[in-house]
Amino acid sequence: MRAPTPDSLPAMAAEVAADAAAIAGRHADSVDREARFPAEAFAALKDARLLGLMVPRDFGGGGGGLADAAAVAHALARQCPSTGLIYAMHQIQVACLVRHGQNGAWHRGFLERLAGEQLLLASATTEAGIGGDVRSSACAVTGTVGGETGDAFRLEKQATVISYGAEADAILVTARRTADSPPSDQVIVPVLRGQTRLEEIGGWDTLGMRGTRSVGYRLVAEAERAQILPLPYADIAARTMLPVTHILWSSVWLGIATDAVARAAAFIRAEARKRPGTPPPGARRLAEATAGLQAMRGMVRGALARFEEAADDPDRLTAPGFTVAMNTLKTEAAEMVVRIVGQAMLAGGLAAYRNDSPFSLCRHLRDAHSAPLMINNDRILGNTANLLLAHRDNGSLFG
Amino acid sequence: MRQPDWQIAAGTAPRGGDAPAVSAADIRALLAESGWLAVDASALSDEDDLYAAGLTSHGSVNLMLALEERYGVEFPEHLLRRRTFESIAAIRSAVAGLLDGAPGAG
Repeated sequence: MRAPTPDSLPAMAAEVAADAAAIAGRHADSVDREARFPAEAFAALKDARLLGLMVPRDFGGGGGGLADAAAVAHALARQCPSTGLIYAMHQIQVACLVRHGQNGAWHRGFLERLAGEQLLLASATTEAGIGGDVRSSACAVTGTVGGETGDAFRLEKQATVISYGAEADAILVTARRTADSPPSDQVIVPVLRGQTRLEEIGGWDTLGMRGTRSVGYRLVAEAERAQILPLPYADIAARTMLPVTHILWSSVWLGIATDAVARAAAFIRAEARKRPGTPPPGARRLAEATAGLQAMRGMVRGALARFEEAADDPDRLTAPGFTVAMNTLKTEAAEMVVRIVGQAMLAGGLAAYRNDSPFSLCRHLRDAHSAPLMINNDRILGNTANLLLAHRDNGSLFG
Repeated sequence: MRQPDWQIAAGTAPRGGDAPAVSAADIRALLAESGWLAVDASALSDEDDLYAAGLTSHGSVNLMLALEERYGVEFPEHLLRRRTFESIAAIRSAVAGLLDGAPGAG
């Protein structure tokens, strides 16, 4: 068992994740083919204590930051994008708890359990009848048979998607604060496996990201009111969930693009060796894909730096300029991964198009196409367009 | 090299005796007409949480535009955050600060 060393750099986090990434790679095809949870990779991630990477050391966690989590998600996604994306989605929930759940006794205890038992966290933010707007809920926190004002609550949600819900140890659920609250007045609450009943609705037979098993569920939870995060979900979403989601997802997509370009480069080199002096026909496409990869990497690193600079300042995190930057990261990175994998496919030609070649990019292509759809780019662009009415870009190079 | 992070102009009392013409009643009326809240704005106190009353981030952008139009001011970037629009009192204070020429206004 290796734990991240104190003050570990993102590079070290990725190194700690190397074993888990190699295991993820060995099972990537079977995870994809069978659309199953990447159990082997997650067993390895737990052994390496990487599920608690961002939990502060006071609670027994790794004490890592968002850059560390991004480095691990990226390293995993190079080998198995489903594994990388599940890891990213888990860390998004961890970030919300670490940043907004250190004051209550229940939450502090939960952070200790999270690190100690390497719990896997999922999320139930989308809901039937809401049209994909995660900032709006129909379901509400209500009383139990014990009464409206007791210490316990009941929550029932028709969740259109809970990725890896069946494997999760806890699920962070959004809901209206009370039965009388408007749809936008939401809270978020982690509910534990033993407190929650899940009934699967529909299956998960998709083009890509098949290992995430993002099926719908009817979720019924009965839990303690002390579990509800005290800060309104609107604030948690703006300060943490939105930027962390877009940064970690983009890191996953960057991992896909990185491996696609690496495979195309390996193919081009092999071709060049066969006919020295004659550049392979796909070489220019490889150059194009490499340029895109460099731009994408710069964009992800820039967004990470921007988040870290603003991380402790709620006013900066909720300013329109910051949200515009994070929204734009998401929409642009999602477009870039599709474009880069397409260019790499052109570079690799039939060798990349084949399922049974070492240069195959078929899974990359299928997985990449999930990126613009996960919180649809059109929805985010519409949101950005609205924010731009308020945002005043000062236009300077370093913002 | 960062943009200076001004202290909250919204929290500063209007300077001088010529207090600008912005009242909580005006803002309440504007909210009541807008349809951005899930409740009747006339029932809200000056301190009530507008987000709990149904104001969304989308709604707050439109609220800002309506305030700019109504009072002939422009909200600088540093005032564009959740706290500025969290209550009628907070909005009144922010608009008053802008009318009074607080740092970064206009």
